[in-house]
Amino acid sequence: MDAPVPGRAGTPGPNGPQGTQFDRRSPALPSGLVRSALVVAALATAAYAAYAWDGLRTQAVLGFAIRFATPLVLGAMCGLIGERSGIINIGIEGQILASAFTGFLLASTVGIAAGVVAGVLTGMALGAFLALCAVTWRIDQIIAGTIITISAAGLTSFFYRQGRTIKGRMPTIEIPGLSEIPLVGRLLFTNPPITMATMLLVVALHVLLFRTRWGLRTRAVGEHPSAADTVGVNVTLLRYLNVTVAGGFAGLAGVFISLESSSTFERNISAGRGFLALALLITGRWRPFLVWGAALFFGLTSGLANQLQFDQVLDVPTQFVSMLPYAMTIVVLAVFAGRVRPPAAAGQPYTKE
Amino acid sequence: MSRLRSQAFLLPVFSVLLGFAVGAVLIVAEGKSPVRALGAFWSGAFDGRDAFGRTLEKATPLVLTGSAVIVGLRAGLFNIGAQGQLISGALFAAYFGYRVGGLPGPLHAAAALAVGGLFGALPAALAGVLKATRGVHEVISTIMLNTVIVSITEYLAGTPWKAPRAAFPRTPEIQESARIPRVGGLPTGFLLAVLAALLVWFLIDRTTTGFRLVTVGSNRHAAQYAGISVGVVTVGAMALSGFLAGLGGAIESLGVVGHFESNSSGTLGFDGITIALLARVSPRAAIPAALLIGALRAADTALQFQAKVAPEVVDVMLAIILLLVAAPMLVRAVLRLKAERDGGELQLTSGWGS
Repeated sequence: MDAPVPGRAGTPGPNGPQGTQFDRRSPALPSGLVRSALVVAALATAAYAAYAWDGLRTQAVLGFAIRFATPLVLGAMCGLIGERSGIINIGIEGQILASAFTGFLLASTVGIAAGVVAGVLTGMALGAFLALCAVTWRIDQIIAGTIITISAAGLTSFFYRQGRTIKGRMPTIEIPGLSEIPLVGRLLFTNPPITMATMLLVVALHVLLFRTRWGLRTRAVGEHPSAADTVGVNVTLLRYLNVTVAGGFAGLAGVFISLESSSTFERNISAGRGFLALALLITGRWRPFLVWGAALFFGLTSGLANQLQFDQVLDVPTQFVSMLPYAMTIVVLAVFAGRVRPPAAAGQPYTKE
Repeated sequence: MSRLRSQAFLLPVFSVLLGFAVGAVLIVAEGKSPVRALGAFWSGAFDGRDAFGRTLEKATPLVLTGSAVIVGLRAGLFNIGAQGQLISGALFAAYFGYRVGGLPGPLHAAAALAVGGLFGALPAALAGVLKATRGVHEVISTIMLNTVIVSITEYLAGTPWKAPRAAFPRTPEIQESARIPRVGGLPTGFLLAVLAALLVWFLIDRTTTGFRLVTVGSNRHAAQYAGISVGVVTVGAMALSGFLAGLGGAIESLGVVGHFESNSSGTLGFDGITIALLARVSPRAAIPAALLIGALRAADTALQFQAKVAPEVVDVMLAIILLLVAAPMLVRAVLRLKAERDGGELQLTSGWGS
C-alpha cells in the first residue's frame, strides 16, 4: 500500500531529538517505528489480498483513493504549516479556488507549466495576505480566512468565462523499474506530476518539521511564541514565511483540481475541499503522515462506496454516496477530536512585550 | 463617549463606501459604466413598490441569518452552518406547508414557520452537542453539516417529496393556508424577521440568560468558574442560532418562493457572516446591514440586464466590506482617525482550543 503510517509515526524514534519537548501528548514510544512498519505491512497485505481477489476493482478503488486524497492532503499541509506556526488558516478553500482559477487561466493562454506556476504563486500570495491580516493587522484569524474564501468565490465567479480550454495535458510520470511492480507500481510510481509530488512533499514536510532547525523553530512559534522570541527566533518573520510558503501547497491543490484531475474550471470547483482538508488536519493531529493516512482512508471509503454503487451492490441514492466523506468527518471527529490538542498558540496574535 | 459612538458608526459606513468604490473599479475594468450600474442598482432595489418590496424580501432571511451568526459569536461560537440550517428550515417548512392539511390559515403558516425553525435548530444543536461533549470545533462540524444537509434535502426534494413532473429537485407548491401574505405589496416576513432580531437583542442585552451567554463567549473558563454550565449555554446558543437561520429559510419558502427548490437559497447563510460583522455583532444593527445587502442582491437582475455587469461583483464588494469592517485599522488609516483605547478590533472566536 501507500504507507499511510497511522499510529504515532510522527514522533521520531526513541526519545526523538525534539519531538517530546513541545508535544506532551506523544511521548516517543520505543516501538513507534516498529508499530508503523507493522501497520503498513498489514495494510499492504490487505491490499494485495484484495488485488489477488479482484485486481481490476482493487486498482480502481485504490487509485480513486489516491486521486481523492491528493488535493485534500495538499490543502491540509497548507493548514498544517500555518497552525504549527500559530496561524489558523480557514481560507484554504479560497486559496484552492483562486489557484485553480489562475492556473487554468494561464494554462489556457500560455501553457500548462505556466498554469502550474501561476497557481502556486496565487496560493502563496493569498498566504502572504493571510499573514498580513493575522500578523500585522491582527484581524481575527478565522475572519481573515473567511474573507479570503468569500473574496475568492466572488472574484473567480466575476471573472469566469465559459468555453476556455487548456493547452497541453499533464504528462504521466513512470518511474523506471518501480512502475513494473504489480499494483503498487501503477498506484504509486505511475502518476501525473502533482500526485507524485504530493507523496514526496508529505515525507519532506515530516522530516522538515521534526528533524530540522526550521521545524523546531516553527513548532516553538506555534506552541509558545514568547519563549521562542526570548531565544532569538523572529516570530513575525517566521510566521510570514511559513504561511506564505504554505499557500503554495494550497496552490498546488488548486492546479491539481483544474489541470490534473480535470482540465476545466467551473464556478466553485473547489467544492469544499479546503474545509475537508481542515477536518483532516485535525483528525490527523497536525502530523503529516497521520493526515495523509486520514485522507487516504477518506478516499478509500468514497471509492468503495462509488464502486459498490457502480456495481449495483449497494442501492442508495447518489446524494448519500457523495455526502459520505463529509458525514464521516463528523463521525471521525466526534470519536477522536476530544483527544486532540492543537498547537497552543494557534489563533492568537503575538505581541512582543 | 460620543467619540466612541461616532467611530462605531463611521467605520461601517466608510467600509461600505470603500466597498462600493472597489466595485466601481472592477466595473470599469470590465469596460462597463459604474454610473449606469449605480442607476441600475437604484432602479432594481428602491425605485417603486415592487423594487423596494424585493429589497425587503431579500433582506428578510439576511436579518435572520445575520442574527443567527451574531448569537453564535456572542457565545464565542462561529456558526458557519447558517447556510445549511436555512436550507433545512426551508425544506421542512415547505413540506409542512404542502403536506399537512386542514389547519386554518394563520395557524398553518405559524406551525410551518415553527417547523422550519426547529429543523434549522436541529443540525445546529447537534454541532453544539459535539462541541460541548466531544470538543469538535463548530466551524468544522457546521461546514460538514452544510454539505450533508444539502445532500439530504436534494434527495428528499428530488425523490420522495418531489413535485410531479418537475425537472429538478423541488417540492409541490404549498397550500394557500400556509402562505405568509403580503400586506400592501410589502412582505410580512420582513416584519417577523425584524421582530426576531429585536427579541434576540433583548435576550442578549437585557436578560440573565443573555448575560450567561455573553459571559461564556468572552471567557468560558471564567464562566465555568462562576458556575455557568458552559455546555448547556453552548448547545442552547447553537440551537437558537440554528432556529433563527431555519426561520429565515421557512419565511423564504412560505412567503417568497412558495415551494422548496434545491438551489433557491444561494449564499444567504454565508451573507449572514458579513452582516454579523458589518453590524459589529449587534442584533439591532443587523437590520440596516441586512437592508443594505438585501438591496445589493435585489438589484442583481437589474445590474445584469440594464448595466450588463456580472452580479458577482456584489460578492467582491461584500468581501471588501467584510475585510474593512474586520480590520478597523485600515479604515482608520484612510480616515486618519485615532485608535480607540481598546483598539476596537473584533476578536471574536477562540481558535481551535477548548
